[in-house]
Amino acid sequence: MLEVRGLTKSFGGLKAVSDASLDVAEGAIVGLLGPNGAGKTTCFTMIAGFTRADAGSVRFLGQDITGLEPHRICALGMIRTFQIVQPFAGLSVQENIAVGAYLHHHDRRDAMRVARDIGRRLGMGTMLDRPASALTIAGRKRLELARALATGAKLLLLDEVMAGLIPAEVSEIVGIIRQIRDDGHTFLLIEHVMQAVMSLAETAYVLNHGRMIAHGRPRDLVKDQAVIEAYLGHGAAARLQQEAGHA
Amino acid sequence: MKPQSLGQALLIGLSLVYLAAVYVMTSSVWMGFTINALVIVVVAISWNVTGGFGGLASFGHAAMYGTGAYASAILQVQYGINAWPAFLAGILAGAAMGAFIGALAFRYGLKGSYFALVTLAFAEVLRICASSFSLFGGGSGLQLKLTPGIAQLQIASRPMIYTILLAAVALSLALTALMQRSRFGAYLVAVRENEDAARALGIDTYRIKVQAMALSGALAGLAGALYLQLWLFIDSTIVYGSAISVEALIGPIIGGAGTVWGPLVGTLGLHLLGEGAKHLLSNAPGLNFVLYALVLLGALRFLPQGLMGAAASFGPFRKKEDHDA
Repeated sequence: MLEVRGLTKSFGGLKAVSDASLDVAEGAIVGLLGPNGAGKTTCFTMIAGFTRADAGSVRFLGQDITGLEPHRICALGMIRTFQIVQPFAGLSVQENIAVGAYLHHHDRRDAMRVARDIGRRLGMGTMLDRPASALTIAGRKRLELARALATGAKLLLLDEVMAGLIPAEVSEIVGIIRQIRDDGHTFLLIEHVMQAVMSLAETAYVLNHGRMIAHGRPRDLVKDQAVIEAYLGHGAAARLQQEAGHA
Repeated sequence: MKPQSLGQALLIGLSLVYLAAVYVMTSSVWMGFTINALVIVVVAISWNVTGGFGGLASFGHAAMYGTGAYASAILQVQYGINAWPAFLAGILAGAAMGAFIGALAFRYGLKGSYFALVTLAFAEVLRICASSFSLFGGGSGLQLKLTPGIAQLQIASRPMIYTILLAAVALSLALTALMQRSRFGAYLVAVRENEDAARALGIDTYRIKVQAMALSGALAGLAGALYLQLWLFIDSTIVYGSAISVEALIGPIIGGAGTVWGPLVGTLGLHLLGEGAKHLLSNAPGLNFVLYALVLLGALRFLPQGLMGAAASFGPFRKKEDHDA
């Protein structure tokens, strides 16, 4: 569904992302992992058209979308959410979701009805009339997801929807994402919460210093030497093995 | 469009009662004063489209207002074209000027105070151009030939003029209300609230902003063309001067930016206050502007959402006081 090839981006002298490639198959949940500053969000912004890549290509549903404007990419059926949630604070929850729904429902009544349905599906039925600014962080993350769904997107790029949530909220949102996937959507998610990645993603990519260093099933990745070193520092894998040997 | 509370209903009701009462007032002073205020109300409604709903605060709405007035005047005076098509051309010219300024400013991603400054600069450059080029009548302005009658849109009867202006205000309000309930309106508010999120949700934010400027420009052009038919004379300071730009934004901010009725309530209230002060404190010219500044400061401090916003959150008891303030 999504094929990213050789994506590269420099900010001044810093290579934020270099030669990153990844594939997302239809109906899959794919994780994109990596320590802070690895270039995950930069990857997302390039894929979704928010920043222009220096090199590389993005194909979505067989079509080359490299360098397209975000709104065009969204119209094709791919949408990103933001790591720092971006609600329309002055609008109600339902109106927020309706802004997404307007993409394919030009009439106000249709858009508001779709917004209500999606809001209820994501467990926000009682909050529809509340201003978005009154939501808790968990509520805002949910709203971000609902708004993205309302655009009718097939592929959702979620940037850390679980960061800052307590475990109970994480498992709720994990359930919601599963349910949405079963309805026929595909996910690419940046995630720090390992519990979530392990239980959600079938495959994951690991990015470090802008390079893809590993790719595979999450439960294999956590044993991967390069991945452990990326997270815990040089030599950490060897030390861990030693300690395991002693114990 | 519907008031959200008794307080808002009261504010709107008071404004409408006043507008109706003008018909039966014996003194013609009030009608003359209200006619002038209604021209500004249309400009205020125009400003509210971009500044209120879109969060694109312009400091140079005179650019569109003046272009509407001048386009109509030039066609009538220099080319002898009938007032009706010239009037329509004025509206279109205002829209074109709005779209042009928007296209340029938003192409370079200007927002906030940078956008405000660029619009201000446009209005000033246009004012200087208009006072220099003979097509615009230069420093002496343009005077329409006096030909009373509906054929040239020159109406002598004061109540008739007043009715036409009320119709223009009603039309502008209806347009805003329709916009508010449309996809375009929702997108415009989304752009105001969070432009990045709007882009992610598939909104062509550049296009929406330029369209908003065009719509706003059309309404400002309408006001300018109306002014011309009222006074039959314009010059660069009258229609491109910064006074219009200031009046365009002060009413909506005090009345409640981003609400349908805010510009009407705010502008009327402010003009009544200014007029009242003028009568009370002798006719010092410019005194109303000093008063406007004080009221604006007070409004920004105590009523950040304007009168309509305050009326929505407080009980009906406060409303009348607010309106009088």
